[in-house]
Amino acid sequence: MPSLVNKQSPFKFLLKGLFLFKKIYSCLLAPLSYLRTAMEINVQTARQLRLTDEEFELIKKVMGRTPNFTELCAYSVMWSEHCSYKNSIKWLKTLPRDGKRMLVKAGEENAGLMDIGNGFGVVFKIESHNHPSAIEPFQGAATGVGGIHRDIFTMGARPIASLNSLRFGNLNEAKTQHLVAGVVHGIGHYGNCFGVPTVGGEVYFEERYHTNPLVNAMSVGIVRNGETISATAEGLDNPVFIVGSATGKDGMGGASFASADITAESVEELPAVQVGDPFQEKKLLEACLEIIKTGAVVGMQDMGAAGIICSTAEMSAKGGVGMEIDLSRVPTRQKNMKAWELLLSESQERMLIVIQKGKEESVLKIFEKWDLPCEQIGRVTDNGLLQFYMNGQLEASINAESLVLGGGAPQNDREYKEPAYFEKIKAFDPGSITLSEDLKSVAKKLIQIPNIASKRWISTQYDSMVGAANLSTNSPSDASVVLAKGTGKALAMTVDCNSRYVFADPYKGGMIAVAEAARNIVCSGAEPIGVTNCLNFGNPFDPEVYYQFVYAVKGMGEACTRFDTPVTGGNVSFYNQNPDGAVYPTPTIGMVGVIDDLEDKMTMDFKQQGDVIYLIGESRNDINCSEYLHKLKGVEYSPAPHFNIEEEFEVQQAVRQLIKKKLLQSAHDISEGGLITTLLECGFPRRLGFDVQQSATTIRKDAYWFGEAQSRVVVSCTLKNAEELLTQLKSLNVAYEYLGIVTENNIDMEGEYWGHIDDWKELYDTAIEKKLTSVEKGGESSEPKSSKEEAVKQGITLKGEVKGI
Amino acid sequence: MKFGIVVFPGSNCDRDMQDALQNELGKEVVMLWHKDKDISMFSTDDCIVLPGGFSYGDYLRCGAIARFSPMMESVIDFAKRGGKVLGVCNGFQILCESGLLPGALLPNAQQQFVCKNVYITDDAKTPLMVPVAHGEGRYYAEENVLDELEAAGQVMFRYCDEKGNIEPLSNPNGAMRNIAGIRNKENNVFGMMPHPERAISPALGNIDGIQVFKLLGLN
Repeated sequence: MPSLVNKQSPFKFLLKGLFLFKKIYSCLLAPLSYLRTAMEINVQTARQLRLTDEEFELIKKVMGRTPNFTELCAYSVMWSEHCSYKNSIKWLKTLPRDGKRMLVKAGEENAGLMDIGNGFGVVFKIESHNHPSAIEPFQGAATGVGGIHRDIFTMGARPIASLNSLRFGNLNEAKTQHLVAGVVHGIGHYGNCFGVPTVGGEVYFEERYHTNPLVNAMSVGIVRNGETISATAEGLDNPVFIVGSATGKDGMGGASFASADITAESVEELPAVQVGDPFQEKKLLEACLEIIKTGAVVGMQDMGAAGIICSTAEMSAKGGVGMEIDLSRVPTRQKNMKAWELLLSESQERMLIVIQKGKEESVLKIFEKWDLPCEQIGRVTDNGLLQFYMNGQLEASINAESLVLGGGAPQNDREYKEPAYFEKIKAFDPGSITLSEDLKSVAKKLIQIPNIASKRWISTQYDSMVGAANLSTNSPSDASVVLAKGTGKALAMTVDCNSRYVFADPYKGGMIAVAEAARNIVCSGAEPIGVTNCLNFGNPFDPEVYYQFVYAVKGMGEACTRFDTPVTGGNVSFYNQNPDGAVYPTPTIGMVGVIDDLEDKMTMDFKQQGDVIYLIGESRNDINCSEYLHKLKGVEYSPAPHFNIEEEFEVQQAVRQLIKKKLLQSAHDISEGGLITTLLECGFPRRLGFDVQQSATTIRKDAYWFGEAQSRVVVSCTLKNAEELLTQLKSLNVAYEYLGIVTENNIDMEGEYWGHIDDWKELYDTAIEKKLTSVEKGGESSEPKSSKEEAVKQGITLKGEVKGI
Repeated sequence: MKFGIVVFPGSNCDRDMQDALQNELGKEVVMLWHKDKDISMFSTDDCIVLPGGFSYGDYLRCGAIARFSPMMESVIDFAKRGGKVLGVCNGFQILCESGLLPGALLPNAQQQFVCKNVYITDDAKTPLMVPVAHGEGRYYAEENVLDELEAAGQVMFRYCDEKGNIEPLSNPNGAMRNIAGIRNKENNVFGMMPHPERAISPALGNIDGIQVFKLLGLN
């Protein structure tokens, strides 16, 4: 066996390294120079690479020797939580992952693939880019969008829509305003140029995301059955190509970066944030979809987290083969990159492609047409080993299987225990809360809470219409409805998670996240078919955090089973934590539904004066966990709102049937802000008012109008259909009540005049804009002030330098 | 009338334009690759469309590089011979960069990308609802150029409110004199920021784009 020890002179390295990279690689340089000079790989080295002592022992056992630095780096990133799911896989396996529409098994490919009929499949996935976005919001968010789209088109599907779920701290804080502006700009920059509409999403502002914002991006694509490409490598001697952008030092070790808490030092790790180029990705998309038609492609995988090492390892392990890779053939954008840097770099817009030997020409011609650099860097072998050479010298030799999830990557049992704060939740007494003001004043405050108010300041910065397929632009629904051109169908899609409910009760909150997503899909006239999830939690080594994770997964699993929406894949993001604590447990649900007949599409807005308004589902004496209680009454600890999964299921079934029978004019579910918010939102699009009253008189007023008890939907129907609707409702197994009628534009609440709908709409539309105007005008107040934030600012300048190299 | 649609590597409204012209308006459409030069299949009665997108990434100025592409050389020549050319969004930017239309498209006044339905009008009477989606759509030209454009009736569309009133609040990007679209003196080159191809399918609930093509004489 050739020597695996790097022969680079320590002196030479030190001189060069210190001179060139001191500024940019301050974090990585320190351990590296130490390693290279000492050149002794031991448990200290492993710890510096964020491997545990046990993991280091396991690596030595698997390899039968002590790894060299390059090999240890490979294990470090491949066994990071981001790539290996080592602290979550045990519980993820308990989720329902089978169903009649599933075309690939969950986790088998880069994204989930489900049958939508007529010979087409939908490919979808959600992924987090939280840690990069916390440090560098613009590039962090932009590359998050780029990464998730690559997961879709690497399977041969054309992305048709994207969504996102964002969490920030208090919007009154300058830091939050800076993050919101940067993240939104980043998502828009990438998505708008790439040419896929951003059709929906959710945004929440809670103190607990102050240091750790969450940026989850979802992409949905369409593929003809049988035209998908697998992320596998097969066939001895088949050539392996790298295509797309040249490899640089950006995003070094991002996967393991995403697997650590954010601390004051995190800004020092800036190189761990990647830089995105949507134009390059657009070309990559078109070229990749074109090469599939040649029939010469054996397998394809995008390079996201952990770059070349991850794509070579996963493709080889999947095909049960090995690869021989000459790293000196990888096109680079910086000189003198080391083997470990080439392996770990997370430079964006790159793909690894295995092509049938002898058919290279047809593929290369297409990449040339799109002006994309494409270089053969190796070949498929049959020994199961990944062998990386650099200038003729073997730099690393690792068993591919040993690196990947399901292979050699560790799977840990983590301890969990009931969080101590549950006591505070149990102690909450709703009787201690009184409605101290009139309903109208509370309602006015409520609809201006950033979590509830219109997100138009954000959504208008995204191109939501490119593709000319967004059916929600001119007729909004609870989920976003997008025409799947060429398939004769439309898809409904949504991202949902009220994380405060999950915080209050992880099990119930996990169920509610799924239930709300399904409710939104159903209220849009679609049949929910599957789920992708993005599980954002704190540090898994904290037993109380891990308790949240375990119970949230259990709840999600139960709800996914009940709604027959298997989990097709997703992403786990732990370590969303800082010295002040963890974020709210946030298992974001991305759900997709199918509308077979476009006539069944349902919208959420009231249609005309005189229509009758009903509530389907049962009103509850429940103010728990509501925005009203949390934001206006200042109660942090209260139980999750009422939720019963069977009741939810029946309500959804009822709404589906009523839509099918064409009895409804509109359907809009009740969520944050309660019944009054739902009614106002129904009225806003067509500027129609309503005249309503509380019929369930045993319920306290604030609970009735502002409570967030689940499983409730506000529907409207024409006067003509009202009798038939009532007949149907009586025959269905659901509670319902009459609320009132749609008016021309006035709001009448229990006989009291509340004003014109336009006045309410103005408050709702402009609440967020008013807080962000200082950012828009580039005012001083939007500039970060603290020294730590100052460093972040400097970091951004640094980022520009990285891009310019 | 036959249509050619130029596909730059970063075009992303090319297929939308193709769908609109082919499926909704029943036109014959030929897709033209930016590296090619041959447009001999078109007579000057036909129309070449520069669609929206980010032609070559637009990292410099929008459309600044696209004007130098081989296909654009042919298109510029085609326009000079009297052939009809329509530029939408990025296409409008390229036309201004090419000198086929006067003025320039600057970054939006609010310094943000904007995507929403807006109203435009040709005569301040009939407002048409058409979406915009751009970061650099603020039409700018010297005052005397603007005066000339207006005097010669070259301003084709202005941003207005839903009743057709041309007023500042309806201007989504700070364009001078609310200008959304113009034509050249010879009346064969048209540029506009709003996307008529996104407002042409009954399934999307807005067909005002058909009227836009009529007003351009391209129906």
